[in-house]
Amino acid sequence: MKIKTLILATLALGITAAASAKSVELLNVSYDPTRELYQEFNSAFIKYWKAKTGDDVIIKQSHGGSGKQARSVIDGLPADVVTLALSADIDALYTNGRLLPQDWQKRLPQNSTPYTSTIVFLVRKGNPKGVRDWDDLVKPGVSVITPNPKTSGGARWNYLAAWGYARHKSGTEEAAQKFVAALYKNVPVLDSGARGATTTFVQRGIGDVAITWENEAFLALKEFGAGQFEIVVPSLSILAEPPVAVVDKVVKKKGTAGVAKAYLEYLYSDEGQDIAGRNFYRPRNPAVAAKYASVFPQLQLVTIDAEFGGWTKAQKTHFADGGVFDQIYAK
Amino acid sequence: MAALAATSSLAVKPSPHGAGPRVIRNPWWVRAFFMTVALLFVLCFLVLPLVAVFTEALRKGMSAYFHSFTDPDVLSALRLTLLTAAIAVPANLVFGVAAAWCIAKFDFYGKSLLTTLIDLPFAVSPVISGLIYVLVFGLQGWFGPYLGAGDHPWFGAWFNAQDIRIIFAVPGIVLATIFVTFPFVARELIPLMQAQGNDEEYAALTLGASGWQTFWRVTVPNIKWGLFYGVILCNARAMGEFGAVSVVSGHIRGETNTLPLHVEILYNEYNFVAAFAVSSLLALLALLTLLLKSLVEWRAKKGGA
Repeated sequence: MKIKTLILATLALGITAAASAKSVELLNVSYDPTRELYQEFNSAFIKYWKAKTGDDVIIKQSHGGSGKQARSVIDGLPADVVTLALSADIDALYTNGRLLPQDWQKRLPQNSTPYTSTIVFLVRKGNPKGVRDWDDLVKPGVSVITPNPKTSGGARWNYLAAWGYARHKSGTEEAAQKFVAALYKNVPVLDSGARGATTTFVQRGIGDVAITWENEAFLALKEFGAGQFEIVVPSLSILAEPPVAVVDKVVKKKGTAGVAKAYLEYLYSDEGQDIAGRNFYRPRNPAVAAKYASVFPQLQLVTIDAEFGGWTKAQKTHFADGGVFDQIYAK
Repeated sequence: MAALAATSSLAVKPSPHGAGPRVIRNPWWVRAFFMTVALLFVLCFLVLPLVAVFTEALRKGMSAYFHSFTDPDVLSALRLTLLTAAIAVPANLVFGVAAAWCIAKFDFYGKSLLTTLIDLPFAVSPVISGLIYVLVFGLQGWFGPYLGAGDHPWFGAWFNAQDIRIIFAVPGIVLATIFVTFPFVARELIPLMQAQGNDEEYAALTLGASGWQTFWRVTVPNIKWGLFYGVILCNARAMGEFGAVSVVSGHIRGETNTLPLHVEILYNEYNFVAAFAVSSLLALLALLTLLLKSLVEWRAKKGGA
């Protein structure tokens, strides 16, 4: 009998909790390293939205490997907005389920990417293995940490940055493939997301060098103190553009289209750009970017469009089932 | 379990003079060696991790430790974990007793198939258990088009209005938990009921008791300690399940994160004190479970069940 009352009580509790939370609610489904960025940005937007409209908005977050998160949204995770690591993952929302229009990337300025980043190396204090550039990562005895490109967006940027470097150096696709294959021979473990890979490197002490997002590397320095790790900037890397989009099908149903759009547009505002810079993402706005010029090193950056013919093509060639990555990793 | 304990206690029964004819006496150093190995193993694999959890959790002092539990996301995870267990455990209690009753007391066609099916959740990886629900209830799955944001031409609109969510919401988490904790109660009861046989029930029926009376007054008192034991194990797993729940949760903070999932999130956010503080809460739940379990075993032995 007691159990029955307990069930009824807990059920009632659950129902009342659901009923009281009836103000506007947004779910932002994001990739792994943006936790700290959106924590700060959300509280700024809540204040801005309250001042502008008088409405309270609650923003819920979900983080994980970018590809995995896209998969969840396709399977029904009710995301009002997605802020993922690369456009191929948002393209997947169009191809599987038509959750947003095909031209979603044209709806916001600068390819719908309010901030950019790049790929750098994180090494242990004093750089004991003497890692200076990509060539040092394929040397025997150097253990490299990078996540799984199948589930992690950051890992795909890592892979393409290595590929871009090798092709610029050697000039041929074959040499680039050989270089990337040699690199993955030095990888002892493939985590599913960028953050998991960072904690493998910094907390569990595995590996000599972690290939990672610039913002992840800066955050690790900040969290663990600059004394334990160092950032190594390679001679060439890739311009990573993590895009954002409103998920039309979800906001239409929930009636949150207006606030979801305003949420993403606020990322482009001066305050939004400043928060991005503070969290080690490179701001798009030149004025705000100038403020953080001393933080971010200048380096040669190749783009996905120029180098790989866009994400759709890169995704198909390298990361689809049976693609180049599968061929390399199966060996 | 109980049978195993009984035979092993027979084997080590000490003889009055230290060297009975049937008992093998090993040299002292052999015993010392194996005892040390066993103790070291227990120390390394059980005690050390437990100590590590608590020292890490208390690294920044008591106030930081207790402060971890004031975070609304942690409280929401705790609430969800308790709610999930409060639904999953009674559901499996009812099912477990019914299944064990069927299998132990009756003979029917397909009995071994049913026994195998009950064991299935033990054999399948929890990740697969979670994926099953995504495949069935996901937007691209079998029933997905009828649920949530689905747009089925006939039923879509109605279900849209009801806003029924299975996966990435509480029902999915409860379903996945029920699935992985399915066998605990039944597995505990089947051998016990089989060992007890049907004699007492037959006696009750012959004396004019109805089916329900027989069940409540004869069967249940006979199995109650085994039942408690199964429920305790089932509850421990329901609160601790990670894999299956991780797949169906969607990881929405303050909404669909259970305690084990929230531990991973906190750890990944470099919030180690809070991660270990929440882990210590789960560890305490586990210790409490063990305590209850020992108590139940002790009472069962005393009661002669």
